Amino acid sequence: MMNKIRAAVISFPGSNCDDDMLYALQDFDIDADIVDARQASLSGYNAILLPGGFSYGDYLRTGAIARFSPIMSAVAQAANEGKLIVGICNGFQILTEAGLLPGQLLMNERPGFICEEVAITVANHQTSFSSDYAQQETVILPIAHGEGNYYADPETLERLEQHGQVVFRYAQNVNGSLNNIAGIMNEKGNVFGMMPHPERAVDALTGNTDGRQFFKSIVNSILSTVAK
Amino acid sequence: MYLAKIYVTYKPSILDPQGEVIKSALKRMDYSGIEKVSQGKYFEVKFNARDVDAAAQIVESFTDALLINQNTETYRYDLTLVTDEVKAQ
Repeated sequence: MMNKIRAAVISFPGSNCDDDMLYALQDFDIDADIVDARQASLSGYNAILLPGGFSYGDYLRTGAIARFSPIMSAVAQAANEGKLIVGICNGFQILTEAGLLPGQLLMNERPGFICEEVAITVANHQTSFSSDYAQQETVILPIAHGEGNYYADPETLERLEQHGQVVFRYAQNVNGSLNNIAGIMNEKGNVFGMMPHPERAVDALTGNTDGRQFFKSIVNSILSTVAK
Repeated sequence: MYLAKIYVTYKPSILDPQGEVIKSALKRMDYSGIEKVSQGKYFEVKFNARDVDAAAQIVESFTDALLINQNTETYRYDLTLVTDEVKAQ
């Protein structure tokens, strides 16, 4: 039984978490499609998700080439219309490169790829992406990245903190991110990016279901707006 | 035809993890007196432009738009006029 929420998962050349994301969304009864990044239109979707992976081989900088994909104009337009835009891992990197989120993901402070499950603290639970978690709750989520070190200039960082735009933090700073930032949203609260992978933590079969509240939060947010 | 040689480096305030790792390797190799190592990116781009002013404008435009991320990187470039390669008769 579908809940009439429609979501698009953008597949860039080199994305590799698009199927995981599709699986997670479908597990929450969301009517989800994979949309090729070379397409130019995105209409009728409540949420647009940019999955993890290595778009365009991470050539030049992570996300730098992907942000010029034809689909990205449609993503920017959907962001302006207030649709929920979610970037996970490489998707987060793409959203920062596109200027839809502030800052940049730099190479990990200690160079190397980190693939682990780490403790994440919910810094703001009054958002469309975290409302189903408790404030300051600590959950375990998988991370898998070489460039997850969040950087923003001091003024931007200050603004993020003042406006409650930091949604998730690492309990222990694993990659050098300023203020332990793991996930942020824009000021309007509809564009979100995080390095951890909630889509890999939705099925008990994989031993971790701490990502389920993330998807539940999104579903609740969309249903409450649609109901209005 | 113009040839732009573009040198991209981190802004001084940004940590350069690769530079730091290279520096510590150099120290282990007994190169004493190494003060600082930074690793950047180098690009060569050949392109057509009306004149040197137009060429400079084009280089700055595409470098700002794609080659660097202005949050953390800066650059300098050299621009030279190059003749097309002469084809064998």
